[in-house]
Amino acid sequence: MKLGVAILTIVALASVPLWLRDPYLMNALITTGIFIIGAMSLNLLLGFTGQLSLGHIAFFGIGAYVSALTSLGFDIGLPGGFRVVHDPWPPVAGFALAIIVAGLCGYLVGLLSFRVRGAYFVIVTISFAEVVRLVALNWVELTQGPLALTNIPSITIGLPELGSLTLRTKLQNYYLVLAVAVAAYVLISRLVHSHFGRAMRGLMENETLAVSVGIDVTKTLTLAAIISAGIAGAAGSLYAHYIRIIDPEVFAFINTVTMVIMVITGGKGSLAGPVVGGMIFGLLPVFLRPIMAPEAQWIAYGGVLVVILFVLPRGIVPSLAQRFAQRRSRADSAGTVAFSERDAKEPA
Amino acid sequence: MSEFLQHLINMLVLGGTYALLGIGLTLIFGIMNVVNFTHGVLYTFGAYIMFIVVHQLGVDFFVALPLAVLAGWLLGAAIELTLLRPLRGSDIDTTMLVMIGAWIAMQSGALWIWGGVAKSVATPFPEAPLVLGPVSVSWLRLFVLAAAGMLIVVTYLLINRTKLGCAMRATFQDQDTASLMGVNVDLIYTSTFAIGSSLAAAAGALLGPVYVIFPQMGDLAAVKAFAIVILGGLGNITGAVIGGFILALAEELGAGYVSSGYRDAMGFLIIIAVLIFKPTGLFARSERVG
Repeated sequence: MKLGVAILTIVALASVPLWLRDPYLMNALITTGIFIIGAMSLNLLLGFTGQLSLGHIAFFGIGAYVSALTSLGFDIGLPGGFRVVHDPWPPVAGFALAIIVAGLCGYLVGLLSFRVRGAYFVIVTISFAEVVRLVALNWVELTQGPLALTNIPSITIGLPELGSLTLRTKLQNYYLVLAVAVAAYVLISRLVHSHFGRAMRGLMENETLAVSVGIDVTKTLTLAAIISAGIAGAAGSLYAHYIRIIDPEVFAFINTVTMVIMVITGGKGSLAGPVVGGMIFGLLPVFLRPIMAPEAQWIAYGGVLVVILFVLPRGIVPSLAQRFAQRRSRADSAGTVAFSERDAKEPA
Repeated sequence: MSEFLQHLINMLVLGGTYALLGIGLTLIFGIMNVVNFTHGVLYTFGAYIMFIVVHQLGVDFFVALPLAVLAGWLLGAAIELTLLRPLRGSDIDTTMLVMIGAWIAMQSGALWIWGGVAKSVATPFPEAPLVLGPVSVSWLRLFVLAAAGMLIVVTYLLINRTKLGCAMRATFQDQDTASLMGVNVDLIYTSTFAIGSSLAAAAGALLGPVYVIFPQMGDLAAVKAFAIVILGGLGNITGAVIGGFILALAEELGAGYVSSGYRDAMGFLIIIAVLIFKPTGLFARSERVG
């Protein structure tokens, strides 16, 4: 049944450009999709290992800058008279490098901070994002600083026998983002249901017990951080090649908060949660724009985050899933209750 | 050499207000186990109260300062009563996220009400700085240092010499036992949050007139406060004071001898370095809260 829902959702999403012609809405959908990929990667850490990464935008931004610089090329001087000159590579290579470099940064941050978890992890990740932002702002020779990197090329896909296709239009980018989002979703879903995923959730629920059955805490958490950062880097790369201009403001803390709100609203620890939360918060500005000033919208966002935590602390998707499971178990005989309980524990 | 002395003077002025920020945050974290993301907003709030009271109500600068502290105290108490008291007993992540929500709503509120244009607060101090041999320091900055030092001493006495402070320390050590001994833990939590908030507002009210005030000024202040708290060890007031001065020194030297663009990176680098080499903070061994 779950597979059916998933396929229906994908078909519905894939059919959107067929009836939606408004370029403003298409643009909102594409950026929302990119942020949903980011939110999914955040959920892998927050929802499945219980580690709140409040610098997640760093990985996104690093992905964006790496991808942009790879495809634009650069020429910088290093201390000691060295010069590093890089000729432009195709954007697809930038996309791959973005994942690798962001994943590497995830490894470093994980290595640093998983010895000190909880509140410390939160503060380390925030600090990391701010340091990266300040570097992007001040290393003008490489990043152009506040002047922004412009004219980032669109992604070109080489197709056998058809030549190459440059994804310039909104329609093409929509399908690209959808494809990457589906791939990320499948990857995270496979991961969460694997042995590794059970190790992650075991750690989150009862660390002492998990360690006693032989789960390596640091290794598990670091691996989760690498994958999460890599996916965020992929989202950043998509962003850079779609928007085609990036400046250090991409690292703004508010962008991390947007992802956190998406995950919390939709439901952390639920696979569909970031998608549902992302849809709501990605598209809300479109509908609020005519009636509210941007500042008022942000007041509303902050308010919604607080209200959600008070009213639906587990988020929309898990709350609905629980209600659904209860109704089903009430309808069924008592014999299947054990099954629904098991079902409810698996991420929706 | 005179340049170095000048940096030291600047460090003292900055360090005093940083210490205020750090003490407020470390008290709240140490006693309530809440990562207070509204701390920066309280700092902004204190600065804007100064602006409103001095410029729109026409009240004297020296009267405005205690009013700003009082306003921070009231706002802190209100935040604790409405947002944190109902969540008592929930995990640290939940309160942290609620605080993030409150911070965004409040900061956007400040932007909405007061606009994004930076404002400055007029002060009664003479423009000409006090020249002491090779270094010079403005009268305003000297006053800020003195006021911050006084507030630090008052807070120290409050926690170490009063009944309320004793109850706060007891709650920090063991909440259940304190409660059994007749300490009203709810009242302690509200007082702690209100005191911490009033210190943040005081820091904003003191530093606001030195620089300019704008709605996002609290963001960096909050991160600096986090750096100070991590440096000094969570819940350690003496550590927060020393941490405040260390951060100020690092910023002054970083801005003076490396690059002024990286001045604000110092706090983050300190956080990362401390967590690599001494994750419990530099002064973890010393007595906490007091």
